[in-house]
Amino acid sequence: MSLLEVRDLKVSFDTSDGLVQAVRGVSFTVERGKTLGIVGESGSGKSVSTQTLLGLTAGALIDGEALFEGQDLLAMTDEQLRRVRGKEIAMIFQDPLSSLHPLYKVGKQIAEMIRQHEPDVNKAQARKRAIELLGMVGIPEPGQRVDDYPHQFSGGMRQRAMIAMSLALNPKLIVADEPTTALDATVQAQILDLMLRLQREFDTALIMITHDLGVIADLADDVLVMYGGKPVEHADRRSLYYRPHHPYTKGLLESIPGSTGAKTRLKPIGGQPPSLINLPTGCAFHPRCEYVMDRCVTEEPLLAAVGDKDGFPDLGHTSACWLPKEAAGLDAEAENLRQEAVALGRSADSPAATVVDAGEAQ
Amino acid sequence: MLRFLIRRILFGILVLWIVTLGVFLLFFATSDDPAARFAGKSATPATLALVRHRLGLDDPLPVQYWHFLTRLLRGDLGYSFATQSPVTDMIKQALPASLSLILGAAVLWLAAGIVAGVISATRARTLLDRGITLAVLLGISMPAFIVGLTLSYVFAVKLQIFPQTQYVPIQNNPLQWFEHMVLPWITLALLQSAIYTRLTRGSLLDVLGEDYIRTARAKGLPERRVIYRHGLRSALTPVVTQAGVDIGVLIGGTLVTESVFGLQGIGQLTVQSLTIGDLPVIMGVVLIAAFFVVLGNLVVDVVYSFLDPRVRLS
Repeated sequence: MSLLEVRDLKVSFDTSDGLVQAVRGVSFTVERGKTLGIVGESGSGKSVSTQTLLGLTAGALIDGEALFEGQDLLAMTDEQLRRVRGKEIAMIFQDPLSSLHPLYKVGKQIAEMIRQHEPDVNKAQARKRAIELLGMVGIPEPGQRVDDYPHQFSGGMRQRAMIAMSLALNPKLIVADEPTTALDATVQAQILDLMLRLQREFDTALIMITHDLGVIADLADDVLVMYGGKPVEHADRRSLYYRPHHPYTKGLLESIPGSTGAKTRLKPIGGQPPSLINLPTGCAFHPRCEYVMDRCVTEEPLLAAVGDKDGFPDLGHTSACWLPKEAAGLDAEAENLRQEAVALGRSADSPAATVVDAGEAQ
Repeated sequence: MLRFLIRRILFGILVLWIVTLGVFLLFFATSDDPAARFAGKSATPATLALVRHRLGLDDPLPVQYWHFLTRLLRGDLGYSFATQSPVTDMIKQALPASLSLILGAAVLWLAAGIVAGVISATRARTLLDRGITLAVLLGISMPAFIVGLTLSYVFAVKLQIFPQTQYVPIQNNPLQWFEHMVLPWITLALLQSAIYTRLTRGSLLDVLGEDYIRTARAKGLPERRVIYRHGLRSALTPVVTQAGVDIGVLIGGTLVTESVFGLQGIGQLTVQSLTIGDLPVIMGVVLIAAFFVVLGNLVVDVVYSFLDPRVRLS
């Protein structure tokens, strides 16, 4: 049994502007001790899908299943879910300054969580454990810093404190939501190293949410790429980085500095993420896609196997794109296959041609 | 912490000094000859000159200001034109009624306002929240004298649960003091608690949207603890600030409630002295009101630094 198995999760919010379809059907599994990377732009639904698991999205309309050790998180009562939070599944958030309570000492915030889930632990013991945890995540002189307030910590130290808190009860799963985005590049690398080390030490499963494929290049076992509230590509790390199939994944890889060699310029993905109230017809990515074909405008592609494993379709590598499954990878051969498909798939007066014209006019 | 406090006190003193200057100039800007008022209508020019000399009104302005300031520091605010009694004594007599009214009412309005505000915020956009909002609107738009007179009529005249009007000093009879204060407290608190309900509701709603509240929930804390220990703790800071300022301001200005319930407080004293142009008393009440506003702000600053560790260091 997988540690976490999410099946066809849908989350929407009823707002005065209309129904916001934040997540439109996501499925993934996380195995014990493994790392899943979830990648996408803001508004792709990556944070909402994980926060929904712990009931942190107030007012959301939720559909689907999320089995954690066989128990459906989405069907739990508030009290059952509260016992899971922090104890079984811990979370680390993006901005460590705003995520820590500004009026309470760092150590107290860690101790509070320990005592909430383990009522037998007294104050002194909880404080001692908070000091140990702070030391473990590399806070110097933890015995003194335990009584500091969050504003007395630097950005990196605050995130270390959040990591210490997440590990406090030795949870089976940690969800880290853009844990390094708000930090300096050098600190980012330190925090990622720390997380990797501690994850191995504690044998914790990790869901790492990021908009930057570079962040999880060393970390993730599997990667799920999301766009417009849906998964567009799902693969093991190697396949995803070397044989990306979906043009959006390819675009994300090409927008990592240094990814395509020092001589080429960074290639940003043009256009804006789609409105989740008014989604494009067909494939949600088609207005921004350089390989858009006629059917992309009208028909929505579903996740399908694109890789081969010992002559059979590799179900571990799926992509939701109308390009032929052989057209995966960053090499010239894959690019030729893509261009051929596009040449065949676009008619002169097609809707796709208008999309391309509009894109070039920008 | 000590440096912070000293800086705040010095700042308060500066504000008070500016007020004394303003009050002093006001004294001279008013057209009436103070000596004529003091000496009475039938005074001869010789008496007038004598009075003027006795009051020091023939000295140059800066000298007069210096005398005024030194007398003030000794607690001497001069004598009332109308009653010839020392202004300091008149204020001393009026102050207990005002302080009793405002401090007692503050306890009530803070308790009611915060409780209603929390209920309103945690059940935002429900029927209960809307009901509270309606009550608040009524509370804010109801003039104090209507509330006061209604309460007085129902509870003092008709039902006779509480005695009518008059201030009984607390040192004379605490029980009677309390009985006499209940209706004035409710009157003042009703209006104020409406404002504080809105303030608490807004502040708490803001805080509950903060990232650290999400962290508190993600830690597995019970919702009660999330709201009170994590949410309300932060949300109360602006409420406390407002309370300190309000209490300071109200000590010089609860005229309506004082009049309705016959409390001889600072508000009543102000109006009486204003109607007859009793300048020394006017100066006295202005100064005492300014003093309490400054004091209120000082207390807020100190309390604030205890509530928020970030203030202590800066």
